[in-house]
Amino acid sequence: MNFTLNVWRQKNGQSSGQFVTYQAKDISPDASFLEMLDVVNNEMEAKGEEPIAFDHDCREGICGTCGIAINGRPHGPRNAVTTCQLYMRNFRDGDTLTLEPWRAQAFPVVRDLVVDRSAFDKIIQAGGFISINTGNAPDANGLPVPKDDAERAMDAAACIGCGACVAACKNASAMLFVSAKVSHLALLPQGQPESRKRVKSMVQTMDEAGFGNCTNTGACEAECPKSISLDNIARLNREFLLSKLFG
Amino acid sequence: MQLDSKIPPGPIQQKWDQHRFNMKLVNPANKRKYTILVVGTGLAGASAAATLAELGYNVHTFCYQDSPRRAHSIAAQGGINAAKNYQNDGDSVWRLFYDTVKGGEWRGREANIHRLAEISVNIIDQCVAQGVPFAREYGGLLANRSFGGALVSRTFYARGQTGQQLLLGAYQALMRQVAAGKVKSHTRHEMLDVVVADGHARGIITRDMVSGKVERWLGDAVLLCTGGYGNLFYLSTNAKGCNVSAIWRAYKRGACMANPCYTQIHPTCIPVSGDYQSKLTLMSESLRNDGRVWVPKQAGDKRPANQIPDAERDYYLERKYPTYGNLAPRDISSRAAKEQCDAGRGVGPGGRGVYLDFRDALKTQGRKKLEEKYKELFEMYHNITNEDGYEQPMRIYPAVHYTMGGLWVDYHLQSTIPGCFVLGEANFSDHGANRLGASALMQGLADGYFIIPYTLGHYLTSAKPGKIDTEHAAFKDAESNVVGMNKKLLSIKGKRTVDSFHKELGLLMWEHCGMARNEKGLNELLQKVPALREEFWQNVNVPGSDADLNQALERAGRVADFLEFGELTARDALERRESCGGHFREEFQTPEGECQRDDENFCHVAAWEYQGEGQKPLRNIEKLEFEHVPLSVRSYK
Ligand SMILES: Cc1cc2nc3c(=O)[nH]c(=O)nc-3n(C[C@H](O)[C@H](O)[C@H](O)COP(=O)(O)OP(=O)(O)OC[C@H]3O[C@@H](n4cnc5c(N)ncnc54)[C@H](O)[C@@H]3O)c2cc1C
Ligand code: SF4
Ligand code: FES
Repeated sequence: MNFTLNVWRQKNGQSSGQFVTYQAKDISPDASFLEMLDVVNNEMEAKGEEPIAFDHDCREGICGTCGIAINGRPHGPRNAVTTCQLYMRNFRDGDTLTLEPWRAQAFPVVRDLVVDRSAFDKIIQAGGFISINTGNAPDANGLPVPKDDAERAMDAAACIGCGACVAACKNASAMLFVSAKVSHLALLPQGQPESRKRVKSMVQTMDEAGFGNCTNTGACEAECPKSISLDNIARLNREFLLSKLFG
Repeated sequence: MQLDSKIPPGPIQQKWDQHRFNMKLVNPANKRKYTILVVGTGLAGASAAATLAELGYNVHTFCYQDSPRRAHSIAAQGGINAAKNYQNDGDSVWRLFYDTVKGGEWRGREANIHRLAEISVNIIDQCVAQGVPFAREYGGLLANRSFGGALVSRTFYARGQTGQQLLLGAYQALMRQVAAGKVKSHTRHEMLDVVVADGHARGIITRDMVSGKVERWLGDAVLLCTGGYGNLFYLSTNAKGCNVSAIWRAYKRGACMANPCYTQIHPTCIPVSGDYQSKLTLMSESLRNDGRVWVPKQAGDKRPANQIPDAERDYYLERKYPTYGNLAPRDISSRAAKEQCDAGRGVGPGGRGVYLDFRDALKTQGRKKLEEKYKELFEMYHNITNEDGYEQPMRIYPAVHYTMGGLWVDYHLQSTIPGCFVLGEANFSDHGANRLGASALMQGLADGYFIIPYTLGHYLTSAKPGKIDTEHAAFKDAESNVVGMNKKLLSIKGKRTVDSFHKELGLLMWEHCGMARNEKGLNELLQKVPALREEFWQNVNVPGSDADLNQALERAGRVADFLEFGELTARDALERRESCGGHFREEFQTPEGECQRDDENFCHVAAWEYQGEGQKPLRNIEKLEFEHVPLSVRSYK
């Protein structure tokens, strides 16, 4: 298969960037999207040209490192997969593909398709944890957790922190990401004691980091590779309200 | 070098308890005076860093990803073992200990393994308290499943994302300490050298992968938690960034490298599909609980799987290992698959695959039940191969997955460089010559949460590392070493890409030092790998500069180290004239094709000591004693 790529090239955070066109030739339909980029990069490197920088690591959809907006869609045209889990058979031979980094004020571009997502770490630092020191834990079966709650907590905990939700949102809101962590912990009895403090602090940090407001357009859920549900945002709003009312 | 394992005296059940009491403690008020450098934020690094910070130490963490949460531990699917015996099926600390010694084919240290089994129960408590959403039964209690190499159900899991959930637990604990000001997290920082001053590890040199800045970090101890080196083989189930560089550079500063030839080849991976392929994907071993492995009896049988009647299928694992069947340990299952494919009975492209069939489980349990257990795995398989595992059997083939070898450490997890500790997959660890499923997560967290907090304190109080600063000659030397290497890589401007060298090295290693090894092939490697390395340093092309984000340069440094490490691995495999676990030497096999150990001559750890560039490294040995699990034939029949 052959593709024309329009790729955002930007040397670093200080310089401005532009689109550059490349040809990807003789690509196997069974190659992954990132393997297609490897092929293009290898050709460039052999000629001494600097390869297209893109983030990736596990290449199996779990580490959350990869993330390219392909033809305007974070993680590309297929639902519920990361960029690294896209396969070229998902595209048409001869397609022109536009590759851009996540666009959001809180995620400054580092180089080419690579952005800085450290704002997500800051949000977790603000309360995305349960305050327990190593060695203080009671027996794991001491506190039964209804299977349903555990399953729903797991649904929310599946977030990989990729940032596609932010890139998909016209306000660049991080609400889906934050709500996933708030829900995961609020759904478990272990997370209950801190739940009101947590939600307040995480939401505040999100605002300070430069993410926009949530206006419930649902674009985030549609692009999330882990199908994190909007229900989590509703739960966050409930928790947030409670924290306002009762402190 | 005299290797002192520092195994404490006393009965094995009491060694760790007694030793914890005997070790010196750091005065709580003094802990804040110590700075600890933790390289790596996977399960081992994140758990260690968070716990040490909770205790009051000042901690710096380093990782090459853009967030500590992305360490490769995140990819572990299947689960984590613990001797909780919640299922009342006969499990105990002793049984987990026994299974691990036997699973590792009597090439691990008894005292360490017993400690690991003891600690396993605390890990689960800790993780549940952190909010790890493990699978549960309807009654609300924790669920378990069984994993390869065990007859009891002792594996805890969070769907197919156990590593992710455990790592997020440790990461969150770490972020809590960052907020508390006790940990400084440095992301996109690659460690490129260890600084050894006056005989003690006192710092590291890193490269800021965004600005290119090379920096010196001073500390009272260095913890290397940098994961495994499976990418030596180019294709593996590891993340693309996994490397040997951190431990290799420590090796060159005096840390012995133990048993590098022990590589785990995992039996249930998706087969290779083409030469553009960048990595292999694991299908969790848990699938073997319900999937049956088979090949057509007739070599070259090209019929679709569903048209081959039962009588013409060979369920070879069930046939050869009736007790364990499809749950036979990894090394044994992998070799059995290779044997079938070598005999021409393999399936799929190139005949390099065997079937993992869910037909019978679908009949007895129904699709819903299977979806509950393996939904993501079936989806992942479908997405990658375009085949539906519910409709036709999956095709699987072994792939490099885990490395039992690593830096040699004593009972305190200290390498042969005082003050340099090694945790998680990066050390040569407790798994002997073969690791059992769901035991790596357990070991990483045992090292980080429960062992290092004690042994590190003991080191700091007894070694009393003195006062130095980053102007010490050792820092300058290490820094110029790093800068010089990068400049050199960028100046070659040859004709071949970094990846082309990596692929060639990987193929060579897989061919001659993969699932089966022999003297001739290993000797060939000892010629070809150095020759390839020479060509690399003449003919590689690394574009760009070292003053900004340069992914080609990052890869080049790692491949340069693999090209040296590959030679040592081959040498280790050559000198170990026996077969055990992940190390199968064709010359040493039983008439049934199983491993033929040589306990008389090789019941030891081989710990290689660097002797300088171009010099043959020294092979030190640590003799292994087995008092509690007597040496015997490892049988799963
Ligand atoms: C696909 C897959 C599935 C698995 N499933 C299971 C399972 O179900 N159960 C089980 O028990 N085990 C499993 N394992 C094994 C297990 O996941 C690993 O052995 C374990 O997670 C390793 O943890 P770690 O903390 O030692 O290293 P890692 O998690 O690999 O972390 C390494 C860290 O070191 C950092 N690092 C590396 N090099 C450098 C450098 N030069 N400079 C700076 N930082 C560096 C990285 O950034 C990272 O933070 C699986 C492994 C794979 C590959
Ligand atoms: S909510 Fe979804 S899109 Fe957002 S960070 Fe998590 S996984 Fe990515
Ligand atoms: S590279 Fe890890 S999710 Fe894509």
